[in-house]
Amino acid sequence: MMRDLETAAAASGGSSIEYADMLLLRFGEFTLKGKNRTRFEKTVLRHVKEMVKPYPKAVLSKEFGRIYVTLNGEPARELAEALKNVFGIASISPVKVSRSKFEDILAVSRTFLEIIAPAQGTTFKVSARRVWKDFPHGSIEMNKLIATPLLQGYPGLLVDVKSPELELKLEIREGHTFIFCEQIAGVGGFPLGTNGKAMLLLSGGIDSPVAGWSSMRRGLEVECVHFYSYPYTSELARQKVVDLARVLSRYAGVIKLHLVPFTEVQTSFTGIGQDNLIITLMRRAMLRITTQLAEREGALAVVTGDSLGQVASQTLSSMNAIGRATVLPLLRPLVMMDKSEIVELSKTIGTYDLSILPYEDCCTLFVPKSPTTNPNLRIVEKIEATLPGYSARLDAAVAGTETLSITPYGDEKPSDVVAAQAGLQEEWF
Amino acid sequence: MLYWDYAAASPPYEEVVQTMEQIMKLHYANPSSLHRPGAEADRLITRSREVCAAALGVQPQEILFTSGATESNNLAVKGAALQYRSRGRHIVTTEIEHPSVYESCLQLKSLGWEVTFVAPDRTGVVDPAQIAAAVRRDTVLVSVMHVNNETGAIQPLREIGSRIKAANRRTLFHVDGVQGYGKLETKIKEWQADLYSLSPHKVRGPRGVGILYVREGVALFPLLTGGSQEQGVRAGTENVAAVVASAKAIRMSGERREAFNQQILPLRNRLLEFVSGIPEFTVNSGRDGAPHIVHFSYPAVNGEVMARKLEELGMTVSTRSACSSRLAEPSRVLLSMGRNAAEALGGVRISLGDSHTEADVATLEQALLNAVQALKIVERGIK
Repeated sequence: MMRDLETAAAASGGSSIEYADMLLLRFGEFTLKGKNRTRFEKTVLRHVKEMVKPYPKAVLSKEFGRIYVTLNGEPARELAEALKNVFGIASISPVKVSRSKFEDILAVSRTFLEIIAPAQGTTFKVSARRVWKDFPHGSIEMNKLIATPLLQGYPGLLVDVKSPELELKLEIREGHTFIFCEQIAGVGGFPLGTNGKAMLLLSGGIDSPVAGWSSMRRGLEVECVHFYSYPYTSELARQKVVDLARVLSRYAGVIKLHLVPFTEVQTSFTGIGQDNLIITLMRRAMLRITTQLAEREGALAVVTGDSLGQVASQTLSSMNAIGRATVLPLLRPLVMMDKSEIVELSKTIGTYDLSILPYEDCCTLFVPKSPTTNPNLRIVEKIEATLPGYSARLDAAVAGTETLSITPYGDEKPSDVVAAQAGLQEEWF
Repeated sequence: MLYWDYAAASPPYEEVVQTMEQIMKLHYANPSSLHRPGAEADRLITRSREVCAAALGVQPQEILFTSGATESNNLAVKGAALQYRSRGRHIVTTEIEHPSVYESCLQLKSLGWEVTFVAPDRTGVVDPAQIAAAVRRDTVLVSVMHVNNETGAIQPLREIGSRIKAANRRTLFHVDGVQGYGKLETKIKEWQADLYSLSPHKVRGPRGVGILYVREGVALFPLLTGGSQEQGVRAGTENVAAVVASAKAIRMSGERREAFNQQILPLRNRLLEFVSGIPEFTVNSGRDGAPHIVHFSYPAVNGEVMARKLEELGMTVSTRSACSSRLAEPSRVLLSMGRNAAEALGGVRISLGDSHTEADVATLEQALLNAVQALKIVERGIK
């Protein structure tokens, strides 16, 4: 998505968008949905508010189908970069604002054209929209009134009213007139949380963050669940998951992360002499714990990064045996995707570089030499029934779960990482 | 005794000394160790990296800690040349670089690289057009300092950078920022610098630590191999206490840059005017040079004789840069600026710091007069 903006900037002669006084955000496909509309719009606004927090001078206002961000000197490009990740935003236009007086509109349009400096031979048109009907000139009239002096001052421009390369749009309102030409694509989708809430199994790998992002884009609020096995896995592995959740929080504003201590449950499977079933048992235990957390948090589904056939636990037969451990619907957004597509997507959303950091997580721990690709559900269930203290261990894991609220700009750490940093005194720097 | 050699070494801030002491006592663990104390030490390094990055306006992962600016310069020049040897074997630098850049280039020359040394004008400033004219298709690196350590001449880095990139956008640009940071604005991005070296002990930090900014995407051939510290580019256990103290000194001196200028520019200007008024001296620094250096030549006597005389009178000064002052040879920098051998041998550098006052400058002026008076006898004796 970074690329989108760069292409847009390149198309406008490589100029940045720092000329903007305001960003205009347009809503996406959900605007079609009649009676939920207000709720959807409010959700987007709340999310936008969260993203704008680090820029105290920026002021928000909402209008039917749009949100305006008045910049007051805050950096346009940085804000646009952050806001185009807000689900439900279809596009963003950097806007110059003028007073609604003809001379002012013309003067600002001129300055605007000088800033974006279109190349010789660029085709061009002006599209005015008179929203404020008391403005003395009509839309069609304005097109001509503005275009003519601009063309005189800029002999390199050619008029093309059908498909111009540069369309200077004027929106004349009672208070102000908006002048813009650029449209930056937003991520689209549904506003966050408008389609309910689910628990996301977040490992340190490449797939699960992508699965989380894909769910969020469909308006699903996700809470992340991560299983760790200290001392078999390191604190760094857990910090990596916090950082991954932080990347996801850029799209969510705030995201909850549940850190589940999994060592006891996991090690209880190693002594039973059924090494090839360990992964099946482990996955089922994860689902059971997640189901309990989902009940507590009011979530109605579990999202996983499973992709059909990728590893032993992702064969159809494994998915069957594992999935039966929960009554909740299992959502697998990546199930039919190729690994290369998933990798591409993870690079786009910004999780790839973190995902490939080489820390062992609980999924790669105790991996048997030959995990079964065809687990027998009856045997698995029998083992679970005869494991001493099995459900107590699951309950203990739920009880020992640490929950963090992750924000894009925060510095949240799991409690023992915080302890490791207690030795650091800020006055030393 | 009044100390006038800040450009060679500056006294560490009291806060820096305290930080250093506390961390040496508390955080002696090896940052690469996996245990908790190791993780804490590692966290101190990470935080230091963030603080340095913020001071320089770059990303934390672009900051590398070395053992000093000499290593930073060696790593920048040789590391880039060796890494990108497939692009070509040509380097452009200037005749006035610090020995750690200059000698690195000569060493590469002995290994088969071609080096173009660009000369400065009479004021000690190099011409960006000449630098650009020297850049070829096979030029891997251009290395230009920000402020000359002998004369204080400021190099036009923004123009040099943009001209280098226009001539060959693959050519890397290294800036030796040692004498510039804390005195002048540091605009790594605007200069289009790919590499930038910095020395904490010139800005009232500890010695034994150097900073090298390496732009994201630029790789360097490691000169020291071993552990995987500093992204594998620079092996060796980190000096945690000195690294943290360095970050502090860099932050503090960056924040105090304007106040520093306000304080010492009037002193520098007064002193510069004063030495210009002594007919026996040739002044080698201009008013538009760095705010902390006044350099002049006294061609009638060797610079070191003048320095010793001034020391007798209670004034500590340098002959040129401390790194080369033990050589009884004429200054390479002054010669390249078109000075004659006597002038190049008679250089004296006075460098100011934020402890200096108007009264100190008055004392120094009197000492300079007395020294010239005393040395005139010798001068006549020679004739």
